[in-house]
Amino acid sequence: MDWSSVLTGAIEQGIGPSAIIYCLAAIGLNIHFGYTGLLNFGQAAFMMVGGYALGSLIQTWGWPLFPSLVVGLLMAVVLALVLGVPTLRLRADYLAIATIAAAEAIRQVLGSAALNDEFGGQDGRYGFVDGMRSLNFVPSGGVHFLGLDFRSYDFFIMIVGWTLALLLCGFVFLLMRSPWGRVLKSIREDEDAVRSLGKNVYSYKMQALVLGGVIGALAGIMSGLATSNVAPSDFATDTTFFTYTVLLIGGAARVFGPVAGALIFWFFISGLDLFFDKMTSGADPSIPASIMSDDQASLMRLIFLGLILMLIMIYRPQGIFGDRRELAIDAH
Amino acid sequence: MRLRTAALLSIVVGTLMMGLMSPAQAANDAIDVNGQLSDTRTDPAKPVAGVKISVEKDGAEIATGTSGPDGSFSIALPGTPIDLLGEQITVKIDTDTLPKGAELRDPKKTSYKLTIKTDSDIRIGYAIGPATDNSVGLFTEIGQSGINGIFLGLLLALAALGLSLVFGTTGLTNFAHGELITFGALAAFMFQDQWGWTFFPAAIVAVILSGAFGLANDRLLWKPLRGKGTGLIAMMIVSIGLSIFLRNIYQYFFGADNHQYTGVAAGKLWNIGSIGISPKAFYIAVVCVVILVVVSLAVQRTRLGKATRAVSDNPALAASSGIDVDRVITTIWIVGGALAGLSGIMWGLTNGFDYQVGNKILLLVFAAVTLGGLGTIWGTMAGSIIVGLLVEMSSIILPSELKYVTALVVLVLILLVRPQGLLGRAERVG
Repeated sequence: MDWSSVLTGAIEQGIGPSAIIYCLAAIGLNIHFGYTGLLNFGQAAFMMVGGYALGSLIQTWGWPLFPSLVVGLLMAVVLALVLGVPTLRLRADYLAIATIAAAEAIRQVLGSAALNDEFGGQDGRYGFVDGMRSLNFVPSGGVHFLGLDFRSYDFFIMIVGWTLALLLCGFVFLLMRSPWGRVLKSIREDEDAVRSLGKNVYSYKMQALVLGGVIGALAGIMSGLATSNVAPSDFATDTTFFTYTVLLIGGAARVFGPVAGALIFWFFISGLDLFFDKMTSGADPSIPASIMSDDQASLMRLIFLGLILMLIMIYRPQGIFGDRRELAIDAH
Repeated sequence: MRLRTAALLSIVVGTLMMGLMSPAQAANDAIDVNGQLSDTRTDPAKPVAGVKISVEKDGAEIATGTSGPDGSFSIALPGTPIDLLGEQITVKIDTDTLPKGAELRDPKKTSYKLTIKTDSDIRIGYAIGPATDNSVGLFTEIGQSGINGIFLGLLLALAALGLSLVFGTTGLTNFAHGELITFGALAAFMFQDQWGWTFFPAAIVAVILSGAFGLANDRLLWKPLRGKGTGLIAMMIVSIGLSIFLRNIYQYFFGADNHQYTGVAAGKLWNIGSIGISPKAFYIAVVCVVILVVVSLAVQRTRLGKATRAVSDNPALAASSGIDVDRVITTIWIVGGALAGLSGIMWGLTNGFDYQVGNKILLLVFAAVTLGGLGTIWGTMAGSIIVGLLVEMSSIILPSELKYVTALVVLVLILLVRPQGLLGRAERVG
């Protein structure tokens, strides 16, 4: 059995486009949850408006790439304002339920058959990446090194995506050292204390929601560009939960937490997937089909994912690289 | 595996036979626009012959045809199907050639724009004369959705009580509550599927098992975490992990198929006026009402019920006045698990179920609980009925695919006005 292919496959996925998407989404979520303590369970909705603005403006209305991209980011600002007004005054658990409900409502509306002409129903929008492909400078043969293989366009997306992720990390680093960032962190630690110092907590929370939401929209846009498809199923509630897992693995309230989390999460998840796929495939599989069929093998990674999320939250809530003193999740 | 092969074979054979039976299609590979003109002013409808129909592309006429004595027409479009894909065409009907006094039922259809999406023929039906009235009156529709809404609300109340009780006593927002619901549905199904039990014993044992499963949830996970002093938000995220874990375990053992219970007669629809009620749904509603009343009475009257309310109100004070908080919480988990399991079975009876039935309705359950005010029993029941009514009533105005959306939007809006929920106790929340 060829185990090196499991390893290289896992590394390819670990640094590949899907890791980038979750890394970006988690950087946004880090501003919400890690730094401000906002329990936003609707990050998938920010990704969705970004991705859908891009997909539908290009495919349905024939816009060029860059204006649609800008509109996608603006849509996230609008969503943050609309979502923030009713929910930001709520207690953490109510905020979680309200945002998760709003995200699901948006997903069902955008995926509805009634709006099929605009947003393509359950199939979503697709084939809108010609503008992005024309910018591709990676040789068309793809890139091969150290036994890893990437297709040309994928590698291009990876360069763009990781550059973006590193720039955003730098931005978050500077932001959180600034007085503005310190206010956010103190809101997370003790909202009332901040209020008593005369700061407008509501307004700071709103700014954090907008900023993190725009970065979330960027993740949705990258998702659309990487797969040349946006569909309602890409932005389900589980997408938000996976983003939380990525963030918590790396460590919330850490600048590089999302990056580390995304790399580890995708390496581990794809490694598991490839491993169980190998174990159950072939004429004489290592695990008999009566115990695990190949359909069942594809579920193993999600079973492990659930376990990891539970274990990390119970035994190491600050994540792998986090600082326990930095993050008091239950400060209020 | 053998079944799958048979299914595949039948599809192949079926496709072949359909191909054989439609020689017209086999004869030309161009895309045809065909259809039928019929005059519904008479009964039976009369075919309309001699009507001229033309097809235009980019403003230029590319093909024409005339309806035959049976009212049908067939116009072959020039060009191969590949070239035509994605093109927009306009099918026009020459209204002068229609019989005197006749008009299309849908006047917009005289010039009908469409985009060619597949390489199959395009069929257009033209009806002439007023529509035959088969829509139901508005009042009937309101009555019917009202009844359906109350039935749905009762089911939701059953599912939501456990969540609300657990939140009230321990403060845990349990995102794995949906999996407690699914557990009941799957357990009952397993007894039927594996050991061929009839429905009622299977359901009763499944409800008992669900109670035990609720207890196991608490003993193996939540109680140790409470002891460890894990925060509420951390526990909420743990519950998300548990939900993903359990849901995929369920799928591992039960597959992704939709299941039905056997041996439960649906019965003949009762008609009260123009409103139809399924006896099965009615009996389910009766069971829900009985259980909700019993639970309410228990919470209101019994010692344990009073202790539960005391713990919900203030756990520290309850403990210091001699209430065994741990025992209350244990009971809540057993009762909550059993109620959730029962609601899963009931839901499965009405709508069928799969490995994620609980997860699918979890947001509705959350909406119901939050609407009423997290942790209050009366609020939960009221919230459930409101959500049930909203979901069903909304389909009078909105497309039915969006019926859950209404409930979710109303949830967010109500939180805007009353952050503590409809019956929750007001407190400063920011």
